[in-house]
Amino acid sequence: MKFSQMICSALVAGVAMVGLSSAQAADITGAGATFPYPIYSKWADSYKKETGNSLNYASVGSGAGIKQIQAKTVTFGATDAPLTAEQLAKDGMAQFPMVMGAIVAVVNVDGVKAGELVLDGKTLGDIYLGAVKTWDADAIKKLNPNLKLPSAAISVVRRSDGSGTSFVFTDYLSKVNADWKSKVGVGQAVEWPVGVGAKGNEGVAGNVAQTRNSIGYVEYAYAKQNNLTYASLVNTAGKTVKPTLPAFQAAAANASWKAEDGFYQILTNQPGDASWPITAATFILVYKDASDKAAVAEALKFFAWAYEKGGKAAEELDYIPMPDNVVALVKAMWAKDVKTK
Amino acid sequence: MTVPAQINRTGPLDRARALSGFKFGDRTFYWMTRISALAVLCILGGIIISLIIGAWPAIQTFGLDFLVTRRWAPQLSPSPVLGALGPIYGTIVTSLIAMLIAVPVGIGIAIFLTEFCPPAIRRPVGVAIELLAGIPSIIYGMWGFFVLAPFMTDYFMPGVIATFQHVPILNVIFAGPPSYLSLFNASLVLAIMILPFITAISRDVFQTVPPMLKESAYGLGCTTWEVVKNVVIPFTRAGVIGGIMLALGRALGETMAVAFIIGNSFQISGSIFSPGTTISAAIASEFAEASGVHMSALILLGLLLFILTFIVLAAARLMLARLQEKQGK
Repeated sequence: MKFSQMICSALVAGVAMVGLSSAQAADITGAGATFPYPIYSKWADSYKKETGNSLNYASVGSGAGIKQIQAKTVTFGATDAPLTAEQLAKDGMAQFPMVMGAIVAVVNVDGVKAGELVLDGKTLGDIYLGAVKTWDADAIKKLNPNLKLPSAAISVVRRSDGSGTSFVFTDYLSKVNADWKSKVGVGQAVEWPVGVGAKGNEGVAGNVAQTRNSIGYVEYAYAKQNNLTYASLVNTAGKTVKPTLPAFQAAAANASWKAEDGFYQILTNQPGDASWPITAATFILVYKDASDKAAVAEALKFFAWAYEKGGKAAEELDYIPMPDNVVALVKAMWAKDVKTK
Repeated sequence: MTVPAQINRTGPLDRARALSGFKFGDRTFYWMTRISALAVLCILGGIIISLIIGAWPAIQTFGLDFLVTRRWAPQLSPSPVLGALGPIYGTIVTSLIAMLIAVPVGIGIAIFLTEFCPPAIRRPVGVAIELLAGIPSIIYGMWGFFVLAPFMTDYFMPGVIATFQHVPILNVIFAGPPSYLSLFNASLVLAIMILPFITAISRDVFQTVPPMLKESAYGLGCTTWEVVKNVVIPFTRAGVIGGIMLALGRALGETMAVAFIIGNSFQISGSIFSPGTTISAAIASEFAEASGVHMSALILLGLLLFILTFIVLAAARLMLARLQEKQGK
């Protein structure tokens, strides 16, 4: 008797508490891309301190994020590869860019220091196609007349998992290398002609650090954290640029964002003398007419806060905040399209 | 002892009741074990059915071509070209090399432990072998990647490549350039991972050989080698083969360690020093971001691994039955 009473009262109390807590704190749930996860979790931390509302973000990958928002198990989805306007219209979703990042080519060649090696898009594509096989090939020598390069075979490292990073990288190679476009194309996972696959940005970074005479591509933050030797790239204006925050910002500034097509924008090979050629935005997906409009409203509040106050945190983690004019466009789109009541 | 005494003291009626209590207990026990056994069958059947359902779109799209297609091009739209030949090849090659290394070494260790080993070091070596089996596979993967792979690539592979470069056939199998992530390095790690299965089981069954049989053989003047060959191994054949099959099953299905060091490349190259992929590594790498036919093709790969393992185990059973039949004659 006593025992069952105890259990009953405990249950009642538990249910009451669950009810109360869900009524008080509005948890924002989201899932998707792994690339912005560090900054989203940092923002979520500060946001909770300021407002008491918490963000629950599962970094499950862009593809899984899209699946989850389509299944309506989360309030927002996050993806590195933007959906096209048709795809958005089909599901009744709104899409907007949240933050930008850059991808760099990293190498591990004896005697070559960060930024010394210069590559252009065509050569980078040929290396990933297996057409340029050694470090002292003519194509590389021509771009680096003063650099002493070994006659060793190039070990190509790429992602083994489907990834937004690979999507952006292959998109860049398709724009600058005709052979790549016709033979391989663009995708989160593609038919890589050569090289070894490593899991995640950290896997590629680890492999390049470990393997002599290797080349790989990672988000800039991973290159910086692991002290990897990045290569300079020749951009579409023909200028050689190093991966720096101003170069990333220059690429972002030259983009023309339009709300009509869901801000569809892949920031590779952007014009401008100072532009870094492989830059990418990461996107948020919400339903325009969600069943739980209060949750969407809470999510948008968080994103508005991140646009306003999250810039410094983003730069600390080597992300690029969205420019003010783009933020204004996004907010206008929210007001027009996304129902929050 | 107290229970029967009580039963006797309190007369025949209580005795019947107590006995029916025992019977009830026994029946409960019977049903519990039976339900457990049936649950295994249900789960297995459920897995097969869900694999077939998940793989159906890929089966419809690719048909039998899936088994012989070398390309793996999920990016092609609207219809990706996907074939299982690369992963199947990698799975078989890595398991084969791993078995070639682990079987003789594993049985050798077991023979040493039971026939030659001084008792003082028998326990430490035995425990060490069993500990090997307890190491999580990701640890093997990391060790293979950070320690074994650089060593093999810098010191072992160049020598082998140079030695065989003018020998036909071998110069294809051992062709350069050496790669940190390769079929061979994955096979080596697999061999170490499956070694404890072979050793532990072989050692246990070797210990079941009646000392009288061995001593009789020694008494006839047999050498240790002859005793092992003619008495110990024939007596324990079923157990040893069972251990080898368990190890092969593990080698075929091992995922994390292999995904770490095999290179995850779908290209098929004749050289075992080049990167490749296995069925389980391919699934682990691509599952998270796959959708549509790509996802279905990965599930079909899983089904293929299931079938491959089943064939291997069935073949082992058959072989064992044949051996025992021969022995009977």
